[in-house]
Amino acid sequence: MIALLLIFIPICTGIISLFLNGSNAKWIGMIGAIATLTISLIGTYTTDTDLLSFDSNWMPDLGSRITLQLDGMSSMLCLLSAIALPLIFSATWKQTESAQKNYHGLMLLTQAGLMGVFVSMDCLLFYFFWELALIPAYFLCSFAGGEKRIKIIFKFFVYTFLGSLLLLIGILTIYFKSGDHSFAWESLKQVKLSNTEQSFVFWMFFIAFAIKMPIFPFHTWQPDTYEQAPTGVTMLLSGVMVKMGLFAVIRWLLPLTPDASIYFSNAIIIISIVGMIYASLIAIKQDDIKRLIAYSSIAHIGLMCAAIFSHQSSGMQGVMIQLFNHGVNVIGLWIVAYAIEQSTGTRKMSELGGLAKKAPTLAILFVIMALANIAIPLTNAFAGEFLMFNGLFRYNVWIAALAGVSIILAAVYTLWMVQNIFYGEEKPATSLVSDAGLEIKLPLLIIAAVILLFGFYPQPMIDFTADTVTNLFTTVTAKQ
Amino acid sequence: MPIQYYIFLAAILFSIGVIGVLIRRNAIIVFMCIELMLNAVNLLMVAFSKMHYAAALTDDAKTAVGTDAQLFVFFIMVVAAAEVSVGLAIIVMMYRNVHSVDINFLNRLKN
Amino acid sequence: MNIAYLIPLFPLLGFLLNGLFRNQLSKGMSGIIGSGAVLISFILSIIIFIHIKDTSTVVEPLFTFLHTTAFDIDFVFKTDALNALFLLNITGIGFLIHLYSTSYMHEEAAPHFARYFAYLNLFVFSMLLLVMGGNFVVMFMGWEGVGLCSYLLIGYWFHNDNYNYAARKAFVMNRIGDLGFLLAIFWMLQKTGSTDYDTVFAHLKDLSTTDITGITMLLFVGAMGKSAQIPLYTWLPDAMAGPTPVSALIHAATMVTAGVYMIARSHALFSMSEITMNVIAVVGLATAVLSATIALYQNDIKKVLAYSTVSQLGFMFLALGVGAYTTGVFHVMTHAFFKALLFLGAGSVIHAMGGEQDIMKMGGLRKKIPITYFTFLAGVLAIAGFPFTSGFISKDEILLAVYEHSPLMFWIASATAVLTVIYMFRLLVLVFFGNFRGAHEQAHHVHESPTPMTLPLIVLALLSIFGGLIQLPHAFGGHDYLNEFLSSAGIPAIKHDSVSATTKEYYLLIGTSIGLALVWFMIVKAFTKDGISGVYTGFKKVLAEKWYIDELYDLIFAKPILAIGTFFKNIIEKSGIDGIVNGIGSLVQYTSRKLRLLQSGKTGSYILMMVVSLCILFMLFWNQTIIVSFFNKIF
Repeated sequence: MIALLLIFIPICTGIISLFLNGSNAKWIGMIGAIATLTISLIGTYTTDTDLLSFDSNWMPDLGSRITLQLDGMSSMLCLLSAIALPLIFSATWKQTESAQKNYHGLMLLTQAGLMGVFVSMDCLLFYFFWELALIPAYFLCSFAGGEKRIKIIFKFFVYTFLGSLLLLIGILTIYFKSGDHSFAWESLKQVKLSNTEQSFVFWMFFIAFAIKMPIFPFHTWQPDTYEQAPTGVTMLLSGVMVKMGLFAVIRWLLPLTPDASIYFSNAIIIISIVGMIYASLIAIKQDDIKRLIAYSSIAHIGLMCAAIFSHQSSGMQGVMIQLFNHGVNVIGLWIVAYAIEQSTGTRKMSELGGLAKKAPTLAILFVIMALANIAIPLTNAFAGEFLMFNGLFRYNVWIAALAGVSIILAAVYTLWMVQNIFYGEEKPATSLVSDAGLEIKLPLLIIAAVILLFGFYPQPMIDFTADTVTNLFTTVTAKQ
Repeated sequence: MPIQYYIFLAAILFSIGVIGVLIRRNAIIVFMCIELMLNAVNLLMVAFSKMHYAAALTDDAKTAVGTDAQLFVFFIMVVAAAEVSVGLAIIVMMYRNVHSVDINFLNRLKN
Repeated sequence: MNIAYLIPLFPLLGFLLNGLFRNQLSKGMSGIIGSGAVLISFILSIIIFIHIKDTSTVVEPLFTFLHTTAFDIDFVFKTDALNALFLLNITGIGFLIHLYSTSYMHEEAAPHFARYFAYLNLFVFSMLLLVMGGNFVVMFMGWEGVGLCSYLLIGYWFHNDNYNYAARKAFVMNRIGDLGFLLAIFWMLQKTGSTDYDTVFAHLKDLSTTDITGITMLLFVGAMGKSAQIPLYTWLPDAMAGPTPVSALIHAATMVTAGVYMIARSHALFSMSEITMNVIAVVGLATAVLSATIALYQNDIKKVLAYSTVSQLGFMFLALGVGAYTTGVFHVMTHAFFKALLFLGAGSVIHAMGGEQDIMKMGGLRKKIPITYFTFLAGVLAIAGFPFTSGFISKDEILLAVYEHSPLMFWIASATAVLTVIYMFRLLVLVFFGNFRGAHEQAHHVHESPTPMTLPLIVLALLSIFGGLIQLPHAFGGHDYLNEFLSSAGIPAIKHDSVSATTKEYYLLIGTSIGLALVWFMIVKAFTKDGISGVYTGFKKVLAEKWYIDELYDLIFAKPILAIGTFFKNIIEKSGIDGIVNGIGSLVQYTSRKLRLLQSGKTGSYILMMVVSLCILFMLFWNQTIIVSFFNKIF
């Protein structure tokens, strides 16, 4: 029931919001987002499985049902996307009228798609939501944003759509091999495939998910899109939507093709690690804040992807909590980037400087986000990265050491960014800036609180997802 | 007469039709070639029909086979007749408008 | 009742109060909160210190930190003799430096003043976490935490880009070390399933030699970063960009000794790997020599002290490397006294000179700032090893231990000790003796510092002179109280053969006395005359330019990394990967544009294509059985 509400509240409020104008749309959007958040929080606390899951007929001829279920991981990700929207709406509360058009409605629809992806236990339904999340995002990006947006967003759309088609091929391949012609997760995971078939399905799925994550070398849509999309949309894309890829790998790819995912794990871990270092090196040379955060995000996602394929329970555990933590942290970074662009009119670090004097609160909050970005202990990212690196270390010592290089590089580019923006002498662009308003500070404070709370005490998050990890490994080993 | 003769004749007729359609530009000739192809098919159908009928007679089954094809021949002839009336009317109208029956001349809808 | 967890709690509270209410608090209040928090911790540390002899070891789990299916890590504190000693050092000297700072930083605006104390308190908190942690993960938290605070405090004056650069350099270099530490933790976790000190050390038998060497080497990489050993030492001299009390607290007395603490803490592990021990000894010695040579020709008062710190840290690692753990710890303690004193004294001099740090522009300050002079003198004598000062006792103990390990190393170390004497006396003479070489206005400005600054100086001066007596060698009628105290934490001390040790002690005493006197006369003669320029040529310039190591690192690491970054960004990313992606798009467009031409609109061509394709289809499927059988049937 809760799973269903998580999809329906955003859809309903989103559609209502699309038909309204101005501040009405804003308020309806905000109310919808907060209602979803409330439901999601209830979902996090309750343990009643009847309340959490939902099952109904959809397309009986095809063997597809509307099966929704919240387990630890999906509940966590639903919570992430439910938290994300109020924060984003608050941060972008004062954006211009033209950027506001259809914004809240489409954001809510995207959220509905995301929720659907996270709760679906039916492969066709999953595919349906996977696409559903993309379409409003496409419109959001094309209505407002940078000058080159149409071309860039088209590329983003075509790229991810290409991935979706491969995904569909993979899904159908495995569907036709299934004995009872059903799309349900429970029956698909029991399908026995030959090695060749597994490899085929594996790559079809993996390329689709890799484009979405994105990891090297499928990442080129991402910096351009993040740069050109309106920042509010970028927050949602980078905070929540890219987690779809990682989530899908854990939920669908590993249980369906366990042998192939172990067989190819070496290759994928190496690709991910190369991508991490590659993205980090590029991030060092970026001048545009948005692009820097984008490349930093690629590096972090690469680490998560590598940790998933290390096939170690500690690494997997790390990924599960990092999915949430990275989402929250990166939204915080985007909010600061947004606030800076709004108040100074530029995103170029070479034109910024000395903001700490003008906007001390923003500076402190940003420093906290930046520290979380480089996973300093006692910030929330530490526990996740510790576990993920531990997983990689158990997989292979040298790979862990190589991946470790990226945490040094992360310190270089993150501190570089902090210093260029906030420290040093004032520049013309920053001389007239005042500290950010409450609508910016409030979400940042909430994020900072989350960072420190789960930094000091990450155990609840681990307990919350531990069952999912155990079940995953049981499923995978049972099938081998 | 062996069936092969019919088949060869029909194939030759059909090929003549096809080549005519491909290389001639006069609309009336093209039209005639189309008719030629249809008639080639008709001939083949009647021939096969007779062949199957003859084969069936030797069997004990005594069933009337092969008449369907002859039925189809009539259909085709009716359609061809209708086609001729409509087609010729179009050609006549075309000649009145552009003073030509060259099919390559009739490309003004393209743009 | 166990009060250990209260010790870090108060600095944390101080950090939160000063950090959250920095705009509301007056300077006086910030100072009181900041210093008071550390004072309370200090008092608690004394209580712990007194009780630790009876209880020996107290393990106190606070809450679960990471419990997964693979391993359990708790947030746990452990106090024993070793960290009780460090606690005293950190909170005691920490308090004195907080007190000193209330006066030294008085010109800052109130919010920044509060920010300064917030950072300092956060630093003390992290440092306490580091030494009190009951497992390697909690230690690592403190380990990264102190690095962070060091970063924040070096870049405290954030409007200056050079300072920011220094801060970033310190942090990144520390991170390199931290990576080593982290990998060592993973290694332990994989092999022993735990990071608790006791559990890890109990499992030592299960570890292979490779494991132990690997773990200890990686731990030592961590120590290299934090304690500024070759090759990761270049950040420490640059870190002098921070306020002087910060240099005293973080970059002399506490944080940089974290590496020594870590190795002493895991001595059970280190003792089992001879390779690592030798590496530590050699690296320590090399660092001591290299930085001592650099210190000879530095003109910045803080740079001299910084390189001297690196050099002394080298001595500590040398001691650890030869297995004299207690001696290393003892030198940490005495070094904390006299180096904090020297830095605070330098701060007082800089304060008196109105911010001037160039010793070539000082001179003759002896008369003008007498308290600073006498306390500084005490510090110089201690570090130079004037007989029976704390530095003499700890350094002699190191030299004796080294002699037993390898006489060659002993002679190199002794030569380095002589270098120490030279550069410290040079500093002393240039600052306090001779004639004043600065500008005329500066001469009038010079004044003694206020009481909150001189009081810590006096206390530290007394400790520098007499603090070593707890470990006075038997040869001079003393007793090794410290070794005894530390043995309750299970840290072994080197047992000297008492007869030969006594002889050696006397040789050292005589040698040191003669050496000191000789150097003193040479230095006074050389540096009190007029016309000292501070500009060097030839080999001296190489030393003054720090052997060009910074430039070398820049050339080997920083520049190539940036160049690769640029290459990736401009070439690979744009033309390579994105080129391929866009190329696929263009290819589709291009072929469609070409294929479009087939749709010519000519009926004839369509029919031709149809016929041709039918023929091709026929030919393709010519061999299909159904067609073959059909033709067979007919013909």
